[in-house]
Amino acid sequence: MSNLRTLNYDAIVIGGGGAGMRAALQLTESGVKTACITKVFPTRSHTVSAQGGITCAIASADPNDDWRWHMYDTVKGSDYIGDQDAIEYMCQVGPQAVYELDHMGLPFSRTEAGRIYQRPFGGQSKDFGKGGQAARTCAAADRTGHALLHALYQGNLKGGTTFLNEWYAVDMVKNKDNAVVGVIAICIETGETVYVRAKATVIATGGAGRIFQSTTNALINTGDGVGMALRAGFPVQDIEMWQFHPTGIAGAGVLVTEGCRGEGGYLINNDGERFMERYAPNAKDLAGRDVVARSMVLEILGGRGCGPKKDHVLLKLDHLGEETLMAKLPGICELSKTFAHVDPVKAPVPVVPTCHYMMGGIPTNIGGQALTLDTDGNDTVIDGLYACGEAACVSVHGANRLGGNSLLDLVVFGRAAGLHIEKSLRDGFKVDDATEEDIQTALSRLTRLNSTTGGESVADVRDDLQSIMQLYFGVFREGESMQKGLRLLDEIGERVRNTNLEDKSSAFNTARIEALELDNLFEIAYATAVAAEERKESRGAHARNDFTERDDENWLKHSVYFPLTKSVGKRDVNFSPKTVEAFPPKVRSY
Amino acid sequence: MLVSLYRYNPEVDQAPYMQDVEIKIPEGKDIMVLDLLELLKAKDPSLAFRRSCREGVCGSDGMNINGKNGLACITSLSEAGLKGGKLVLRPLPGLPVVRDLVIDMTMFYKQYEKIKPFLINDMPAPAIERLQSPEEREKLDGLYECILCACCSTACPSFWWNPDKFVGPSGLLQAYRFLADSRDTADSERLADLDDPFSVFRCRGIMNCVSVCPKGLNPTRAIGHIRNMLLQRST
Repeated sequence: MSNLRTLNYDAIVIGGGGAGMRAALQLTESGVKTACITKVFPTRSHTVSAQGGITCAIASADPNDDWRWHMYDTVKGSDYIGDQDAIEYMCQVGPQAVYELDHMGLPFSRTEAGRIYQRPFGGQSKDFGKGGQAARTCAAADRTGHALLHALYQGNLKGGTTFLNEWYAVDMVKNKDNAVVGVIAICIETGETVYVRAKATVIATGGAGRIFQSTTNALINTGDGVGMALRAGFPVQDIEMWQFHPTGIAGAGVLVTEGCRGEGGYLINNDGERFMERYAPNAKDLAGRDVVARSMVLEILGGRGCGPKKDHVLLKLDHLGEETLMAKLPGICELSKTFAHVDPVKAPVPVVPTCHYMMGGIPTNIGGQALTLDTDGNDTVIDGLYACGEAACVSVHGANRLGGNSLLDLVVFGRAAGLHIEKSLRDGFKVDDATEEDIQTALSRLTRLNSTTGGESVADVRDDLQSIMQLYFGVFREGESMQKGLRLLDEIGERVRNTNLEDKSSAFNTARIEALELDNLFEIAYATAVAAEERKESRGAHARNDFTERDDENWLKHSVYFPLTKSVGKRDVNFSPKTVEAFPPKVRSY
Repeated sequence: MLVSLYRYNPEVDQAPYMQDVEIKIPEGKDIMVLDLLELLKAKDPSLAFRRSCREGVCGSDGMNINGKNGLACITSLSEAGLKGGKLVLRPLPGLPVVRDLVIDMTMFYKQYEKIKPFLINDMPAPAIERLQSPEEREKLDGLYECILCACCSTACPSFWWNPDKFVGPSGLLQAYRFLADSRDTADSERLADLDDPFSVFRCRGIMNCVSVCPKGLNPTRAIGHIRNMLLQRST
């Protein structure tokens, strides 16, 4: 389209959260002409809501701590479908990435020795599971995500990064060779649509927890980058793996950190019983999140839930005392008073498992390069496309993420993607320009929306989508009900393609953005449903009533969902770390 | 309930106006102002406002609620109350309006950038973190928690009059956050940048900032510390 303005960069980063800003910082500091495109002002990104901390073996709480122990915990936590080369890389370079954050100014809490304070989190152990509970999560009180996101934004201001704030990326532009050569984006304030041309496009758009009705995720978590990838025909990996966080505030969905249990809080049922002792005799309340979430649901289903509807359990904190709570968990006290009308100093907090994190995403290698599979099932790099953070599946979380590993993931792999792009650009690579037709293809969603004369309300379709996902694809899943859910999603798909944009004005038109976001929610919800139905086993966060056991013979694999055929393939899990022996699959108990 | 909304779409409206809307709210639940706005938007998608985390940590939805600045997502309807039988929602005052409840925050962010909101330390970084005692770290409490929502600066008459020259409570709180950080070595440079009649000294200590801060922070106290440092510097 000749009247479309083009902006030119060497690299663009879509998303201004932790992963995106870490990548943008790396690129800017190495002199690559980069822009960070973000639909909200960077410090409004969802990283801001992370509370408990960033897990990393910096050997502050325990001078003998070892990144290999962290690696062991992460592999076990992933229920053995995390890629061991990627987990090795994350745990090994993690300390360097954390120290960089301190040097950038992140106000970590401190020990008497002046080092970074570390607290215990779920699934952490010493000595490969044999040495008891570890304390490995580096914290800034219970506002670590906020502190980290602001430090990264500040680092980017210092480094001189170009931000396109409140710009919304609509779709990827692909050239004739199927390489990604930038995106179509809208400046939200003016409504201007532009082609942002780039040799490297980094997807760092975070998760899509808004596909569920009950979620800890921000309203902006609509999986825009993953939606774009699916529309461009690229696959997603392990997308059936959704983490339900044990402690979302009942009714509100707002998160209270696992750090509450790390600091000594515990869950009780209607009888006042500390029920996790039954489900996980050793780790108790600090077992893996999938284990704790399922135990809570079983308590509720068994009639031992709390409250008039017996629909939640309680998180007991008052025994920790006011002083500890105010020093270690001040944000939680605030949230609990606001959203549960409960002061944790005096009474337990009503909590329920709530959708929290997307373990799946765009498959990448350690350098952040997006991957697809060729017809023989071999990994193939998608030219020009990168992904990092929650939008990516590198995969360090496998079937279940450990608390505190998401913040580490985003700084380590945001940085790694930046390093890789910098090197590729230095080595030089040539890409063909997009044609007029390629750009028109990427504009097609906008073209449709801008010419609607009637159709469905975006809010109505979104509500129905969310309740279907909640009902048929939650903590426990079952073949027949998932098939029913899929049929209902097919109907939703029809309605999504027929949404109406009544208000076609340009300036800060959030109705247009929400309509575009709904397309992304649908793409991801559908991929989730197909992959979940296909994986006929129980592993990590994917728990099926009709296939209750882990099936290593058939499913010690990544699932790979291909959007063009709506089919699911399998991809090998990496068991070849470079410097240690691989951890073989074992029965996973806590 | 009756809601009075500030409406302005630059492409359609010659001037802003207040729109009264009657809306049914769920019974038996004290919802937040943001929940109410979402209900209103489901009925009229053209209504524009910013929102993200919906739990008071991202700072997107600062607005003027019944005459007082606050975050829509953590202000409940019971807390907000009614003004003349209505809930009155306006954009944060003192900055240009882009559309409806969305303001142009350029000036606010410029003042934030002006104070060099990043750690400066020219000493080579150690192989681990820079050590800091718990007592040194405690000095940052009440400062680093700022969410840049602009509730304070847009409640400040001095910022209304001189948004280009007075840094404002939010920016000054952040200026002090770095002055107070034992890991930062740029105190004299930072103070020199602030040492003029406008940047700090336009604060008249009326404490509007303190009374509206949704995070319970105290910019006036931070400004007092900066004043002291500036005065000590000049003697």
